[in-house]
Amino acid sequence: MLENLSERLSRIAKTIRGEARLTEANIQEALREVRMALLEADVALPVVKAFIERVREAALGAEVVGSLTPGQALVGVVHRELTALMGGEDAALDLAVTPPAVVLLAGLQGSGKTTTAAKLAKMLAAERQKKPLLVSCDVYRPAAIEQLRTLAGQIGVDFFPSAIGQKPMAIALAALDHAKKHYHDVLLVDTAGRLAIDATMMQEIAGLHAALKPVETLFIVDSMQGQDSVKVAKAFGDALPLTGIVLTKLDGDARGGAALSVRQVTGKPIKFAGVSEKPDGLELFHPERMASRILGMGDVLSLVEEARKTVDLDEAKKFAEKLKKGKGFNLEDFKQQIGQMRKMGGISSMIDKLPAQFAQAAQSSQMDEKQLRRVEGIIDSMTPAERMRPEILKASRKRRIAAGAGVPVQEVNRLLNQFEQMQEMMKRIQKGGLAKMMRGMKGFMPGTR
Amino acid sequence: MLELSSKIARAELSWATRLRSGLGKTRSRLSGLFSDRSVDPALFEEIETALLASDAGAEATRFLLAALHERASQGATAGQLKTALQAILVELLAPLEQTLDLSGKKPCVVMLAGVNGSGKTTSIGKLARYFQDQGRSVLLAAGDTFRAAAREQLAAWGEENAVAVVAQSGGDPGAVLFDAIVAARSRGIDLVLADTAGRLPTQLHLMEEIGRIKRVIAKAEPGAPHEVWLVLDANTGQNALKQVEAFDDALGLTGLILTKLDGTAKGGIVCAIALARSQRPLPLRFVGVGEGIADLRPFAADAFVSALLD
Repeated sequence: MLENLSERLSRIAKTIRGEARLTEANIQEALREVRMALLEADVALPVVKAFIERVREAALGAEVVGSLTPGQALVGVVHRELTALMGGEDAALDLAVTPPAVVLLAGLQGSGKTTTAAKLAKMLAAERQKKPLLVSCDVYRPAAIEQLRTLAGQIGVDFFPSAIGQKPMAIALAALDHAKKHYHDVLLVDTAGRLAIDATMMQEIAGLHAALKPVETLFIVDSMQGQDSVKVAKAFGDALPLTGIVLTKLDGDARGGAALSVRQVTGKPIKFAGVSEKPDGLELFHPERMASRILGMGDVLSLVEEARKTVDLDEAKKFAEKLKKGKGFNLEDFKQQIGQMRKMGGISSMIDKLPAQFAQAAQSSQMDEKQLRRVEGIIDSMTPAERMRPEILKASRKRRIAAGAGVPVQEVNRLLNQFEQMQEMMKRIQKGGLAKMMRGMKGFMPGTR
Repeated sequence: MLELSSKIARAELSWATRLRSGLGKTRSRLSGLFSDRSVDPALFEEIETALLASDAGAEATRFLLAALHERASQGATAGQLKTALQAILVELLAPLEQTLDLSGKKPCVVMLAGVNGSGKTTSIGKLARYFQDQGRSVLLAAGDTFRAAAREQLAAWGEENAVAVVAQSGGDPGAVLFDAIVAARSRGIDLVLADTAGRLPTQLHLMEEIGRIKRVIAKAEPGAPHEVWLVLDANTGQNALKQVEAFDDALGLTGLILTKLDGTAKGGIVCAIALARSQRPLPLRFVGVGEGIADLRPFAADAFVSALLD
């Protein structure tokens, strides 16, 4: 749907392009499109209405003057307002209290609280050198406690045991006491999923909050949530003094609707985004990037960051050395690159983060996971000498490789062509560096200046 | 006999009441619009707002409004428009109501799929009770070998319903389901409910995996799985349409389960799905309106629409 929104907006930009300036009349049509697109992306109706008003005022104001085309100006305004609506600044966890700092997690059933609790613990331990303690107050869902215990074991973080017969309040207080005595820096309290209209359950979590006095109270929101997000967020915000929001399952097809709505209704920053099923699949939330992504400008920055985290640093260094020495890029390197690409969550997750027009190109070139595996197969069928010096590959060698990999010879040829293109690109990177290439890409994106 | 039927009637009544209260917010927003007023652009705008806010989506909202505009141009009053909307909705949703026939297959295998947190495991627990009440013997198969403690969660439901659960620690989901079906056949069990790990349609390797799981099931029992249902969280917005398409492509769905309809203003997504799939209607097998074990029931278009509008 987000792709839909960006396509739609670029279409609007095109239709307005022919005109000299934005007027009340021609903006009307475009704003209606923006409204429908936002609704289809599950932004809640009241939020959409307020947003459209903001964009209308901003677009008809002075900011239009000086832009290249009115279409770009409108997309720019929509982007700026989206960013403003989603926070405008990055926000990390505030743990500046006498330890243990308590973090309370709340949300609907199935929104991802337990998984998020474990991911937060891992992040605090790995990136901020904290000693966290995990505890589950979910005495309702069968095996919820067991789930957190298992996750705690997987990530190597302390777990405070609880049982279904106990009262959530008793569990929480005992865990807090334990955390104090054992010098834990942070106590992460997972709670049962609850409906905003369930008064008893809402009272329960308000009670937990009063007793634990958490420094952070996080509202966990499924990024796929629909129109109801606005009411649910309001109810949780009324019952609990929230300090932040965690947006989960953002690796789905990446709608931002709920993000916009919840941010607007609670007035609290979106602090983190869940981006994979794995324990390290939690990222700081960047409103600016999310807005770019909504507008189809892609999420190039977080792609770069992800690459930095996943790619083996030693291997990357060796690779860079090699390039510097001018030894060139061979098929063995190509294969390694493919392996690293897979490590980063595969091509599909990368495509998601590219700007819409690149994503389309990438998808139409059919570089899917299967093909990656075939490419690896072909390279595996080559001798080391062939991998180092692909130029020695002539017809008979190619036939042998094709037979070995179980593919037609044409596919070997296609791979070699692709490899040549890649070599070209590598040469360019060598000359200008990655940053230059990134800047080059930026020029393609609409709305950036 | 008389006592039993009155008991069933009572159960039906409380079901209808719960469905009504589940859809309460949507209903009050929609039905209140039509009373004592003239047919004017403001009315249509309010209907549009109410439909959009119930997750009906842009497409279905446009469709319903166009139909209402047509009636209005023929001189319908606000009250008549409400009746018309009710009729249009029933017509739209009727193809989603289909009788479930699981007879003649033993063991009959029902496979559940869906995104993370949609309520697959909980639905299996409730379905076990539903089918047991119909006099069928049930076996639960813990095919979610990925999520921590998914197996234990299913085991707890098995205990609650006193039905057997086949599980392995870790391992391959296909192997667990294969074993479960073999076990069901040798124990003469009627129905196998197969759980699977939650997955997002964007995780292509997992979508491929679930296709493989389905093929393994077919190897264990020719013709199985007899039913493949997608579990949808009613809180989901328009993404539900994408989920339906993606899981249908990967698995060939035979039905849907809509869970957690007891929040506040929801239900419109059913209209969006019905419209998107008007050429190939996908039956809505069960609707969940509460956390109780008996709160998952077959979908009835009439009851659903009156709960929405009356």
